[in-house]
Amino acid sequence: MSGIVLTPEQERARKRRNVWIALSIVAFVALVFLITVARLHGAALEAPR
Amino acid sequence: MTDLAVEHQTPAASASDYVALLKPRVMSLVVFTGLVGYVAAPGHGDPILGFAAILSIAIAAGASGALNMWFDSDIDAVMARTRGRPIPSGRVAREEALMLGLTLSALSVVTMQLTAGLLAAGLLAFTIFFYAVVYTMLLKRATPQNIVIGGLAGALPPAIAWAAKTGALSVDAGLLVALIFMWTPPHFWALSLLQKDDYAAARVPMLPVTHGAKVTRRHIFVYALLMAPVGVAPYFSGLGGVPYLAVSAIGGLAFVALAARVLLSKAGEGDARENRSARALFVFSIFYLFALFATLLVERSLGL
Repeated sequence: MSGIVLTPEQERARKRRNVWIALSIVAFVALVFLITVARLHGAALEAPR
Repeated sequence: MTDLAVEHQTPAASASDYVALLKPRVMSLVVFTGLVGYVAAPGHGDPILGFAAILSIAIAAGASGALNMWFDSDIDAVMARTRGRPIPSGRVAREEALMLGLTLSALSVVTMQLTAGLLAAGLLAFTIFFYAVVYTMLLKRATPQNIVIGGLAGALPPAIAWAAKTGALSVDAGLLVALIFMWTPPHFWALSLLQKDDYAAARVPMLPVTHGAKVTRRHIFVYALLMAPVGVAPYFSGLGGVPYLAVSAIGGLAFVALAARVLLSKAGEGDARENRSARALFVFSIFYLFALFATLLVERSLGL
């Protein structure tokens, strides 16, 4: 076998880190969506009718 | 070719190690002063955009912390207060802190640009640059004025939040920056009197190391005298009300009195009992800044 061999504890830690990264990306996408909606809403309120 | 199997011996980093890289305690102060800047700024402000702006400031502060820990890991390994941090203790690699810091820096500035436009995003990028490059890389190891000039990075969050809400800056925003800027030196010099030996061992040219405890005590007192009127100034610009005037005047007098006690003591000269005055000033300085900003927050929340 070649390459880096992780201990079981290190593998678990890597898995936990990956979950946190995935959650962070989802949170960022949701935040950008909310910012976009808020800005569009604000622009719509200010637009001449 | 031989077998390349390698058993990594470094302990597994947990999520809390990465959180520690973001200096959450510094982050909480920055979030608080930023929140007050946002609430105190004129206008209504969208709650979602306000949340996103404060979050961007928090992430940027965390990114700055990670970049600081990446660059200063050699100093952190020597000082007792910082020896247990993720990099010197071997739980996180330096490169990981660098990448985390750069990634979060970019994310925070992009989010601020989306939320509030160019002025707030530009100020945020400048603050990260000022803390990570100007303070950490250039000033900290070069001059005892490191925290005086570097303090600007910690002082800017209320102005960034102000710019995020209004799209502009004002005298009031400048006063909040000036208050934190003038507060930073006596706050950190009080701490450095207590940790003089640590800074000397790490070869960080803090004022007590380069000029001695007596000069530091004098500097603390002079800065306290200069800071107290700046603390009261928001009342006269119309930013703060009568409750703010009362809190800032009493707090400022107490700050100067504690700084005078430090001036008359022998704090930083090795006697633990003499250090009490410096510790009291350090603790009170945190309370003072919190009280002033909290008063502004309460005044605005109640519509005073």
